[in-house]
This record gives sequence, C-alpha cells and structure tokens, in this order.
Amino acid sequence: MQTEWGIWPEVAHIVAAMIPCVLILHVVAVGALVFIWMERKISGRIQDRLGPTRVGGAFGWLQTLADGIKLLGKEDLMPKDADPFLFRIAPYVAFVASFAAWVPLPFSIGWVAQHVNIAVFLVLAILGLEVFGVILAGYASGSKWSLFGAMREAAQVVSYEVPLGMCVVIPVFITGTMDLVAIGEMQAGLFTNWLIFHDPFTFLVFWVYFTCAVASVNRAPFDLAEAESELVAGFHTEYSGLRWSFFFMAEYGSMMLVSVLASILFLGAWNGPIPILSPLTNADNVFLNYLANLGGCVNLIFKGVLGVTVMIWVRWTLPRLRIDQVMTTCLKYCVPIAAFCFIGALGWQTGGFGVWRDGQRIPFINDMFPAHGRWEVREGWTQFDEAEGNDTSESVSAVGDGAEEPGLPGAAVVDTLQLVSKQDGGGG
Amino acid sequence: MLLAAINWQTFFFALFALVACVFAAGVVFSSNVVRMAFYLVISLGATAGLFFLAGAEFVGAMQLMIYVGGTLVLLIFGVMLTAQERFVSMKTNGAEWVVSLVVGGAFLVLLVSVAFSVDDWSSPNPNQEKLGVVEANSASTVGAGLVGLRVDKLDLEEGDLQAPGMSGYLFPFVIISIHLLVVLIGAAYMARTKRRASA
Repeated sequence: MQTEWGIWPEVAHIVAAMIPCVLILHVVAVGALVFIWMERKISGRIQDRLGPTRVGGAFGWLQTLADGIKLLGKEDLMPKDADPFLFRIAPYVAFVASFAAWVPLPFSIGWVAQHVNIAVFLVLAILGLEVFGVILAGYASGSKWSLFGAMREAAQVVSYEVPLGMCVVIPVFITGTMDLVAIGEMQAGLFTNWLIFHDPFTFLVFWVYFTCAVASVNRAPFDLAEAESELVAGFHTEYSGLRWSFFFMAEYGSMMLVSVLASILFLGAWNGPIPILSPLTNADNVFLNYLANLGGCVNLIFKGVLGVTVMIWVRWTLPRLRIDQVMTTCLKYCVPIAAFCFIGALGWQTGGFGVWRDGQRIPFINDMFPAHGRWEVREGWTQFDEAEGNDTSESVSAVGDGAEEPGLPGAAVVDTLQLVSKQDGGGG
Repeated sequence: MLLAAINWQTFFFALFALVACVFAAGVVFSSNVVRMAFYLVISLGATAGLFFLAGAEFVGAMQLMIYVGGTLVLLIFGVMLTAQERFVSMKTNGAEWVVSLVVGGAFLVLLVSVAFSVDDWSSPNPNQEKLGVVEANSASTVGAGLVGLRVDKLDLEEGDLQAPGMSGYLFPFVIISIHLLVVLIGAAYMARTKRRASA
C-alpha cells in the first residue's frame, strides 16, 4: 500500500492537494501585504508626500505588517441590530470567492493548481460570487450606510458582468479554447504574438476589459460601494479587526486576479516580450525546464503587479463617478464597444474584414513576425487537410507522440505540456 | 493508519451531499428571506462541488454561473424587500405547511422511485466491462454534441444517427435564444413607453 517514500497514497494525495492551496494562499495574502504598502507609497508620491517611511527601514516596507498586528489587537465589534450569523460569515464568503478563483489560474506552463478545460469560464463564475459577501455584509450590519453601499455594489457588479463576459469571449474564440494554459501557450514568441496585437479590435477591447475589471473589483473611480466621503466606509462600515482585513485581502486578491487574467488573455501570459528563457522549455534537462517555467511565472506576476499599479494610479488620479455615470459608462459605452469589437474581431478572424483588394490580410502587429506556431497549440481538436482528406499531423500534433488519431473533436486531447516540448522556441 | 483507511472520494461526496441537504432544509425552516437566499447559495454551491468531484467541470461551472449567480438576484430582492418591517420575518401558517408537504412529498416519492428504477444505479459493483473511458475533462464534446456530432455514440450505425434527438441541439437552442431576445426587447420597449406616458 505504501509508496516508495513510505507514505500512504491517500496521505500523499492530500499533501499534494494542500501544496497548491497553501501557495495560492500566499499569493493572495502576501500580495495584499505588498499591494497595501505599494498603495500607500504610490498615493503618497502622487500627492507629493513620502508615504510610510519608518517601519522596517528606508521605504517603510514593513508598514503593512505593523498594520496587520494592529488589526489583530483591535476589538471585534458587532452592532446590536446585526444578524449575527450572516455578519460573521460575510468576510469569509468574500475571501473564499476571491481565493477560489485562483485555483484554475495557471502561473506558467503546467504550473496550475487544477488544470481545468474551461478555466476562463470557471474563473468568471467564481469571481461573480464575491459580491455575495459584500451584499451579506451590507445587509447583516444593520446600518443604513452599509445597506446603501451593498445595494450600489450589487447594481454595479451585476451590470458590469455583461461587458466583462463579452470582452473575455473574444480571446476565447480567437484561440478556440477556454483552457488558460493553451491560451497562454498560443501567445508564445515575440510580443507581437500577444492577443492584444491580434487585430485592432482586440487592441480596443483590452481597454474595455480593464475598465470593466476595475469596476467589477470595486476600485476607484468605481468604488461607490465604499465611498468614504459619502457612506462612511460603505459595506464594511461596521467591521473592525480581522474581519475587516479579510475584506481587504479579498479586494486586493481580486485586483491581482483580474490583472493576471488580463495578462493571460491579452498580454501574452507568461511569455516575455522577447523570448529569452522560453526556448529552454524544449531542453531535455529538467532543471532548465524548471528555470524556463520560473521565468514565465516571474513574467506573469510582474504583468499582474503592473496591472495593479495602474489600478492604484487610476484610483488616486480620477475622481469618483456618480451612480448614474457608472451605469452610463457600462451600458452606453462598455457594452456597445465590446459588442462592436466582438463583431469586428469575428470578421477579422474569419476574413470578413481587414482584407485588401488582392485578398491579402491588412498586416497588423500580429502579422509582423509571422513565425509563431499558434495553430500547433490546439486543445481537443484535430484538423483535416481539405485537399487530401488526411490528418495533417504537422499542423495539429494532437497527441505528444504524433500518433495518428481519429479526426474527431474530443477524441484526441492535447496535453499542452507535451505539445510545448515538441514546439520550437517561438518566433524571433 | 486511519487516513489511509478512508475512501476520500466517498468522504467528499458525503460531505458535499450533507452540506447540500442540510442547507436545503435550512431554506425551508428559516423565516428570514436573506438567510434563506444565503442557505440556497450554499446548497447550490455544494451541488456544484458534487459535479466537480465527478469530474464534470463544465456542468459545475454552469451550476455556479447560472444557479448560484441567479440566486444573487433573489438575494438582492430579498434585501430590498426586508428593508420594510413586515417582511423581516415571514411566518408560514398550517395550511401552507400541509400543501407544501403534499406537493414536495409527492415529488420526492416520484424522484426516489425513478432513481431506484435505474438498474445501473442499484448495483454497488457496476460491470467494469460496460464502463467506457470517456474524456470527461473536455468541454469540446459538449460543443460538438450541440451541433450533432455525438462523440459518445461513435459505435452506432449510420442509420441510427438519423433518429430524432441525434441531430444536435443547435436549432432549438437558437430558437430559444431568439425568443428570449424578443422578450427582452419587448420588456424594454414597454418599460420605456410607460415612463414616457407618465412624464
């Protein structure tokens, strides 16, 4: 029954399941630690101050830890009118939703807690649940400020899920898969292969996605749910101590999550602008493969942090919108632009738009260095050569050992890891 | 060792099923609308957990997106309604209990009898030779089935694939979505004309 290391297989499974959970928990919690410090430093610089300077040395980099210890020591208050059960459980609902959405999210080729075939859909489905925590908190607090904040958040999040979903669909139909690992691998090579440079419409829709993402995680200028100057602190007015900090961890976790999702869908995922380490994914040496994956992971986290930095910059630069302006932005601008880009990208992909007189595609940034192997990374599909009716194995390579497979969708399943090991190191 | 003696698949099935059942009962016995909606969220979420446990990730994600996400709207209306005092606690009277017990009990009897009438489910040890390896982790089979390409029916003859129900679901799907679109446009039109008349 025991494995070769003398561990019971069931225990080994549980340990193997715990490792990614703990790692993701650290991404969320340590991420919040860093982002709160960054937020204070950047807002200080924008307002011509220094921000925290004392705790932990020159840059005040331990400030958040000091804040956390202070929060631990605060009294845990609950208002008299509160609904005790819902009041207690609301922060955990928000945090669990923000945390669970990380599970299908890959950090590098194959570095994913649970490799899910429909990862994009699952991330969006779980991310939409975070608003439950906010509404429950607002209702259960028994305070009118909390209730106002929660209802504003509900209206806003429900509205912004529509354009957000439309934006996410565009990379999905360009790549033909909802598997985030495959989507990331299809953008390997130079930065010109990133999906944001696929056509003019994806370039436009990236900014719509980012706007909707900022709105769906309740950051300024869309932070009506916790508008300090109007609603005291919105839905978390009555919270203190550790419960309050759970809301903050959920918020910063979601910010990083939507930024990382934007990086994977539009900004080349773990592929840097110039492929330096990614050719090493072909190497036979395990440690070189590991090094390449580590470089990809650093790349992705850097892009995610860059997105969060932009969110912080926007928060401290733009004034807050009114609720009617928020709705106008969503329904009159984001939805039509996203729908237009959807049709446009669809036409570009199928050859309806963007074609010269002589039938040539108008070159966009994506076509400048066409030496990328995007169509070698297909998930779950095989293609037939129309002329011969044969399985064109060089454009498909559905299975790692190149075996002939029946040409039916679903019958052949790509293992992306094996594919990548076959594929050459990308354009450049 | 105790940990090794447990079948974890069964354990997690029991856990998720228990959570789903307990909170479903909570929906019935609670008198507060918001708590009911929250219990419903947990119950439906645990059902999604059962789907994930069975490896049907697409169905699980759909469960989360449609049912759990749809309960969000219920929750919002609950919060809106319970801002008024008389809805904070909703009491059910005896007649409502009787009616709901009859309806719910009849439905339960129907479901249980149907569930036990399936031969494959009654045997604790299914015939291993009848079990085929199906690629459960791919949503592509679902999409292909929608347009009539049944990957799970490859062993059928050519004539059997022409039978009703084998030609894909794309056409009824499109009809339903067009119907819903018409309903949406009609609702928006009626809402706008009413406002214009009153103003």
